[in-house]
Amino acid sequence: MTATLGKDLVGLEHMTPEQIRLILDTAEPFKEVSERPIKKVPALRGKTIVNLFFEASTRTRISFEFAEKRLSADTVNVAASGSSVSKGETLVDTAKNLEAMRIDMVVIRHPSSGAAGFLGQRIRSNVINAGDGKHEHPTQALLDLLTIRDKHGKIEGLKVCLVGDVLHSRVARSNLWGLTKLGAQVGVCGPHTLMPRGIEELGVKFFPRIEEAIEWADVLNVLRLQLERMEKGFIPSLREYYRVWGVTPERLERSPRAITIMHPGPLNRGVEIDSRVADGPHSAILDQVTNGVAVRMAVLYLLAGGRPELADAAKRGAGGGTE
Amino acid sequence: MPHKSDRTILLDARAMSRALQRMAVAVAELAHGTADLVLIGIQRRGVELAERIAKLIEKDEGVVVPRGALDITLYRDDLETVGPKPVIGETRLPVDLTDKHAVIVDDVLYTGRTVRAALDELVDFGRPKRISLCVLVDRGGRELPIQADVVGQVVKTGPGDRVEVQVEEVDGRDQVDLVR
Repeated sequence: MTATLGKDLVGLEHMTPEQIRLILDTAEPFKEVSERPIKKVPALRGKTIVNLFFEASTRTRISFEFAEKRLSADTVNVAASGSSVSKGETLVDTAKNLEAMRIDMVVIRHPSSGAAGFLGQRIRSNVINAGDGKHEHPTQALLDLLTIRDKHGKIEGLKVCLVGDVLHSRVARSNLWGLTKLGAQVGVCGPHTLMPRGIEELGVKFFPRIEEAIEWADVLNVLRLQLERMEKGFIPSLREYYRVWGVTPERLERSPRAITIMHPGPLNRGVEIDSRVADGPHSAILDQVTNGVAVRMAVLYLLAGGRPELADAAKRGAGGGTE
Repeated sequence: MPHKSDRTILLDARAMSRALQRMAVAVAELAHGTADLVLIGIQRRGVELAERIAKLIEKDEGVVVPRGALDITLYRDDLETVGPKPVIGETRLPVDLTDKHAVIVDDVLYTGRTVRAALDELVDFGRPKRISLCVLVDRGGRELPIQADVVGQVVKTGPGDRVEVQVEEVDGRDQVDLVR
């Protein structure tokens, strides 16, 4: 029995390891599609997808849009500013109105945790979470997993450390679920004020100093420090943060092994990561971006196929080696 | 199972070997030599058959015949009904197809829908001067106006029948069965 995804992709917390592996394995051939002279396949021809972004995003939105276009879907972008959302329309009303125009999928980014799941339960279209509040950002974690698997040939048994603002990070949360489900050892490292309480109860190792994390890890996933955290008093100053937590070549040199460096972007150069590391030989940051398109193509493709009862019937009718 | 299925061998290993030899000669004749020839196998068993035929032509003609692999999954017209295929195979076209004679190789020709998808996909990679079709078994039952140029074996089948092709590289032996 092969795994299927169901209607929506809300987060990795409730997914099985088989479902996660299905997405990663499906993403593999999609990488090649983006290398073709005509970077387009007709798999989602006739499908209409709305990218509903209630929060600013460049990388994720463009990545989804490329994924959709390379699968031949028709896409519409809706941003919160300049739309009826700014006139006070509710999320469900916005989505139901879009659905009344006969759409097939919604990719949603929203500042409230749980928005994607909430929407998924209320509309018929497939819903894909592109980041909801502090909850999850599943496609980011999936592309991180794919990048780690590319670099190390496996995920199981690897030591992956999330560095920085774990408390406010949906990327960290999704990574945590994905990595532990696939058998990696997960560490976290950063100021106490930016660590969720009780995180060690999830089997996660806490490193109070970046030097210790570097000594332990095979992979560092350096999270973006949201600059507004400083204003709210979570950290004393940016310079102080760089001095204590910054991932620098000098610190990495002391590692017994070459550590793969990842970052979900956008980078704060000279805050959480030194430019020489971000642009260095062990940086996988741009590979993450490339893999992002492939992973999103895989998710869209797998969700779009969903009519399992027909799939079973077709399998019974078709013969082996016939088509 | 509703009733017991009846299995007959269409081609055993030796018959399959002879069929492939004939097909290799026919492909070379079809292309008037091997100058612009490219063999393209359809995932999965078509890839192995293309490799075999290419090697036979190379042995006879003393030239290198380029070959590629094509996975047509993303060009299928039945994603809605059949659902996403869990494993998509590799697509690898090592040469520019423009002005080449591309020969599509597959194990079984049935409805013709796979070949339709392959034609659509190939032209997205370039403009071959000619595309031909070479199959090990033609079982009839076309739903599209498509025909093969080179055929190893023709067999009449009904819609409930299955033609099962096994190749050494994938299945450990060469054999074609008809299961009714």
